[in-house]
Amino acid sequence: MGEAIVITSGKGGVGKTTTSANLGTSLALLGKKVCLIDTDIGLRNLDVIMGLENRIIYDLVDVVEGRCKIHQALIKDKHFEDLLYLLPAPQNSDKSAVNEEQMRKLISDMKPDYDYILIDCPAGIEQGFRNAIAGADKAIIVTTAERPAVRDADRIIGLLEKEEHIEPPQLIINRIRGHLLHEDEEMDIDGVTDFLKIDLIGVIPDDDQVIVAANKKEPIAYNPDNRVSLAYRNIARRILGESVPLTPIGGEPKGFISKIKKFFSVR
Amino acid sequence: MNKRIQQNVMIKGTKDGFMLHLDDSCSFSELLKELEVKLSANYQFQENDPSISVKVHTGNRYLDEKQKEKIKEVIHKKKKLFVDEMISNVLTRDEAKRWKDENQVTTVTKVIRSGQVFEVPGDLLLIGDVNPDGMVRAGGNIYIMGQLKGIAHAGYKGNHEAIIAASVMKPAQLRIAGQVNLSPDQYTKWGHDLECAYMDEEENIIIEKLQVLKKYRPNLNRLEGGL
Repeated sequence: MGEAIVITSGKGGVGKTTTSANLGTSLALLGKKVCLIDTDIGLRNLDVIMGLENRIIYDLVDVVEGRCKIHQALIKDKHFEDLLYLLPAPQNSDKSAVNEEQMRKLISDMKPDYDYILIDCPAGIEQGFRNAIAGADKAIIVTTAERPAVRDADRIIGLLEKEEHIEPPQLIINRIRGHLLHEDEEMDIDGVTDFLKIDLIGVIPDDDQVIVAANKKEPIAYNPDNRVSLAYRNIARRILGESVPLTPIGGEPKGFISKIKKFFSVR
Repeated sequence: MNKRIQQNVMIKGTKDGFMLHLDDSCSFSELLKELEVKLSANYQFQENDPSISVKVHTGNRYLDEKQKEKIKEVIHKKKKLFVDEMISNVLTRDEAKRWKDENQVTTVTKVIRSGQVFEVPGDLLLIGDVNPDGMVRAGGNIYIMGQLKGIAHAGYKGNHEAIIAASVMKPAQLRIAGQVNLSPDQYTKWGHDLECAYMDEEENIIIEKLQVLKKYRPNLNRLEGGL
């Protein structure tokens, strides 16, 4: 019996979809059978990041309304033999096309066939959010280290704590910029965890390669040499229950030269 | 049988005015009749006498609103008398529950997050934070063992004596009874440790170190025993 994990944030643009794609990929790389469900009906993205958008025939709404079987709508990722699947969202409906009961049934039907079901949640706290969390057993909150994102994450955690079927949520802090941490411009990792008071499951550094990878339609997690990829793979291992220490982010503020310049007060 | 007639209504003078003791074992109609007789048989008031306040003690008898009105009506027939207060030994279940709720400390271990409103009828002891956009509301005092970064509203039913105390005071707003205190635009990074807020006589909300509470709200000390 698999686990359904919803990936949510409240605020848009903090990296829910990127995180879903990369965690799904990382778990599949570790040999787990994974299905990604995009619940962002009307504004789907997960298919693009996974590079699967040309293969969509049926979608989530077709499945819940019985127009097709689940396996007909699932898109198999070409990188794996039989490990990674995507259930895409329709682009031409809106969030009210699905209700919570339908999602609950869909996910409980799918759970026996997969190790992990990752549910990519839309931004906001309306019907789309309700649908996404309806069938979940666990939740991962994605936030960046900015006050607006943290505030929205706080709101979402409050809503999730009311759902008794979901375990206490875990936190991913995304797009940490090492050099800003040192300049006290940003809330740091401790600041965020102290504010939200939930368990931290991973920290993802900010890296331009993520955007490059998204444009290449291949999640960054396939690249074994990238630090973002490594961070996602570590989170995947933590989801499996391994204890993996957090890798420190940032290191030196701006490199050796700037440090010398600073020493001589040259700018 | 007792020869003396049982006195169902007794009039007593105290330094606060007249007190009417109504017996609680006779029937209500009997009581009303006797009350009427007692009041009219007594002294006839003069036109320019000052009006006299009367306290009515109903003993262990439970009176509903209608019956209370009736008694008041009878007393008010005497032009110079008016009912100041009705005292009873009886407390209804609802009153008792409300009284208990308003006087007990509710302890909660929780983070009050953005968008959440947490309300208790009495005092609140929160072990956890109130995050920005979160709100706690209490009929009595609010004690927070954690960081207060949202809104705290003490004495929201109008209790001016209510206070707010927090381990770390960084509130967005403090409210006591009907008054609101807005925060400064900027706090120091760690806020202010161990502070309390109370309302002074001019209805201003004052924020000060915890030590002053002992002076302004001595009633908070419910500790018994010890040294």
